[in-house]
Amino acid sequence: MSELIENAKKAVTEKGLPVIEDAKTKIPLYISMRELPLRFQFGISKVQRFFEGLRDGKVYMTKCKRCGEKFFPPQADCPKCLTSDMEWVELSGEGELLTCTMIFVKPPTFAHYKDYIVGIAQMKEGVKVLAWLAVDDPKKVKPRMKVRLTTAKREPEGVITYHFVPLE
Amino acid sequence: MSNLRKVAIIGVGHSRFGNRYDARMDELAWESFSEAIKDANLTTKDIEFLVVGCAGGWSAEALPATLCSEYCGTLPKGSMRVEAACATGSAAVAVAYNMVASGYVDIAMTLGVEKMYESPTPVQVELIGRAGNFFWEFENFGMTFPGYYALHATSYMWKHGLREDDLAEIAVKNHYYASMNPKAQFKQEITVETVKQSRYIAWPLKLFDCCPLTDGSAAVILASEELAKKITDTPVWINAIGASTGTINLSKRDMFHKLEYTGLESAVEAAKQAYKKAGIEYERAAESLDVACVHDCFTIAELMAYEDLGFCKRGEGIKLIREKQTYNGGLIPVNIDGGLKAKGHPIGATGTSMIYSLTKQLRQEYGKIASPKAQATIKNGKALAHNIGGTGHYAYITILSLEKPSR
Repeated sequence: MSELIENAKKAVTEKGLPVIEDAKTKIPLYISMRELPLRFQFGISKVQRFFEGLRDGKVYMTKCKRCGEKFFPPQADCPKCLTSDMEWVELSGEGELLTCTMIFVKPPTFAHYKDYIVGIAQMKEGVKVLAWLAVDDPKKVKPRMKVRLTTAKREPEGVITYHFVPLE
Repeated sequence: MSNLRKVAIIGVGHSRFGNRYDARMDELAWESFSEAIKDANLTTKDIEFLVVGCAGGWSAEALPATLCSEYCGTLPKGSMRVEAACATGSAAVAVAYNMVASGYVDIAMTLGVEKMYESPTPVQVELIGRAGNFFWEFENFGMTFPGYYALHATSYMWKHGLREDDLAEIAVKNHYYASMNPKAQFKQEITVETVKQSRYIAWPLKLFDCCPLTDGSAAVILASEELAKKITDTPVWINAIGASTGTINLSKRDMFHKLEYTGLESAVEAAKQAYKKAGIEYERAAESLDVACVHDCFTIAELMAYEDLGFCKRGEGIKLIREKQTYNGGLIPVNIDGGLKAKGHPIGATGTSMIYSLTKQLRQEYGKIASPKAQATIKNGKALAHNIGGTGHYAYITILSLEKPSR
């Protein structure tokens, strides 16, 4: 990507225009000089307890006090009851792996990690959770294997998140 | 439905799909726009509303509907952009259909267009990977689009004994038909070995299990019954449209059907809706249709579509592949235009591209465009488009017919 921009800048110096020839197709391309960096920010006040829980080593779901519906990801409002009276319930961590994949071609913002396995597990409490599985080879994964959901620090950033640890 | 007017397709157009560095978005839109106008024997001023299907995000122009309206010459008629991820094209057809059916306009065009090559591939991986529940699937877990479908492939393998070779056979079929389609992105046939030797993108899916990034456009002109009869001798009717929405977060699936990642709930719901309107029995769908275009963004997606659409029972999709029942001449020909897998998948234009192929099939013109080997036998006069947005986040099923719908 940066090579493309370097070539475009070179073209501006030489010809006064950021026009380059695509290496493969030989078709002329105008490379925009205006880069758009995007980093989102989103409010968490209604589910702040979840993030506090992560710091205490706990993963929480919410449960509607009226109908008993359980929510993971945790949410503040119950669409069935049209109420917002939620109980915060800690997940036991006991789960069974339903499926998984290993990501080889990663998004650029994940390029600094080793290839990672993402799984979805059925938790004892009834909800399902998607997270990384702390295994390095998909061949070591067994259908319906028991896993434990725990909080984990993601390095090198040091951000607290959660992942599955195999129990078999 | 009973108070609605009947709606017919009176013209279709299709650009060449592929890396189209040679055409800007508006120029690419023009290719299918002008072909559709000529196909319908209309003039530009006959178009009363332009519904543009464009997902965008990776391309420069932020207002594709006005861009294409001006370039194609439909100003000052009304326009809008419609978005439903990879089902954008079909959602845009549904909007135009409702405009004509309701009597708001007599003639409307749906123009699907997408310019994906305006951003580099890594940016696409990043953007499409975010097509889920941002914080809970992407921020910490770096999901990718092949990854979401790979979760389904793994589950299907664990449950039904699917082999990577079976998936490869789907890619082989779709490349075979794309090799005959002059508008397809990939023209070369492949073998099971080609797929097996390609690298893993998201285990267990390999490069040749995945559709490419594509630039392309496809257009569909819809008209009321009264006008359609005046304009064309070969109207193809919109018989039924079914639409359904799935959970944003994959971990919340199985709300309505316990498929455990071996199918897409929304596709089942949308199919049942459409079949009910069209008078088709779910269990006999394959026998009731002549040809289908299904959303094969990945090989596993086509396999799941067979079952979600009721072409076979759960777990028996593998048998359809092994017996080549979805080749032309089999139980039900599927993606005999090459599918997303090999024809290409320009997000916003994919749904309209399916309608283009099926309209040509029902008019028995497809053989002339591609090859007689790719013209389905038309005996029921019915065809189906299965267009999925995201990983079953949106599902649109459109049924076309030669016979005017009864209601």
